[in-house]
Amino acid sequence: MTAVQSTPGPSDAIDAPRSPYRRSKPTRTNFELYAWLFMRMSGVLLVVLVLGHLFINLMLGDGIHQVDFAFVAGKWASPFWKVWDLAMLWLAMLHGTNGVRTIINDYAERNGTRFWLKMGLYAAFTLTVVLGTLVIFTFDPCPIGADPALLPEFCPAR
Amino acid sequence: MATTEAAPAAKVGAIPSFEVTVRIRRYDPERDSAPHWEDYKVQVHGTDRILDALHKVKWEQDGSLTFRRSCAHGVCGSDAMRINGVNRLACKSLLKDLDPSKPITVEPIKGLPVEKDLVVDMEPFFQSYREVMPFLITSGHEPTKERLQSAHDRERFDDTTKCILCAACTSSCPVFWTDGQYFGPAAIVNAHRFIFDSRDEGADLRLEVLNDREGVWRCRTTFNCSEACPRGIQITKAIAEVKQALLTRKV
Ligand code: HEM
Ligand code: FES
Repeated sequence: MTAVQSTPGPSDAIDAPRSPYRRSKPTRTNFELYAWLFMRMSGVLLVVLVLGHLFINLMLGDGIHQVDFAFVAGKWASPFWKVWDLAMLWLAMLHGTNGVRTIINDYAERNGTRFWLKMGLYAAFTLTVVLGTLVIFTFDPCPIGADPALLPEFCPAR
Repeated sequence: MATTEAAPAAKVGAIPSFEVTVRIRRYDPERDSAPHWEDYKVQVHGTDRILDALHKVKWEQDGSLTFRRSCAHGVCGSDAMRINGVNRLACKSLLKDLDPSKPITVEPIKGLPVEKDLVVDMEPFFQSYREVMPFLITSGHEPTKERLQSAHDRERFDDTTKCILCAACTSSCPVFWTDGQYFGPAAIVNAHRFIFDSRDEGADLRLEVLNDREGVWRCRTTFNCSEACPRGIQITKAIAEVKQALLTRKV
């Protein structure tokens, strides 16, 4: 008997790339455990930091109308707000990046796509965190030659 | 809905009979290049289950319809399928609980390769099940009689002993749907059954397996599994308990 089987494999009927079935190699680290824990702990901190930030900037005083260069410069003259904003930047970036990493792991189907999406994500993370940190630490509240009307009250140019 | 009573003088307590349309996702790998929907009209009783309707289709209309069932009483876990969009056992879904005025859709469970009609390849499911070592691990002397356990200790993992491995939970999980690498709720439930068993000594091994990239940390608490389980196991809670055990290294 030369019964040639020309049946299309079951893979034709599957939505996801599932056949032949191969489980990925096991990992032996606590990375996902700490990532999971970090999402919850940073989430709790972000509730305080973000809601506090929104409340102080948009509700207290003149609300949204008070936000201008002088307002930001005035806040960043205090180490307290520097630390607050730095913590908010780092936590939100780490939290958001890890969240998007999870989503990429879920939705990318090919390993190559997954790898490059994550590289793009990590590049965006690095750029944002480095620039943001740099701005917070090197910020000059009284730039020379600026319109004095725009500067905070403590600047000598006023 | 046309109610066709057998006799005009219907007896008190007679079972009403009516016609329903069952819309089944058909796929024959030897003929079809893709799955498609097919409608079947069947006369059913108010006491019938989806499984009875499928039997009627197979026995009276189209013998090529392929699906798994064995016990027909919700014990063996053979006939999990997607009924009106939710994972159920065909043998435990009563037609009276569904709207008979609309076609009732019946599909294979999602996320596993379809082999024919409602039959899927369960191998990926059982592979992750085997990886959590679902058997008693002990050391030391074998007792001559049974291994005793207090009622309190037995109660600790009672819920997860109820699993019948029907795959309704795992194939309802959106994380499993994505790439099929996630261990899935059923494997975690069966690990839980031994991790929290006072007679077992393999908890650390199993926790280490589930600490994997594809382990419990992929669970996003969507509760689909708890909703799908035909045995009413609180699966999301069991997964949370395994996460807790990993975080505290205590069972
Ligand atoms: C207001 C305070 C916040 C809390 C309490 C919070 C809490 C959480 C928690 C617990 C998770 C994990 C969900 C899971 O594992 O299923 C999560 C995921 C995520 N978070 Fe946040 N978060 C907050 C703010 C933010 C911010 C500011 C961003 C953006 C920068 C963000 C972006 C994300 C993303 C992208 C995910 C992944 C979504 C997913 O897993 O489907 N979150 N959040
Ligand atoms: S046929 Fe056995 S569980 Fe439904």
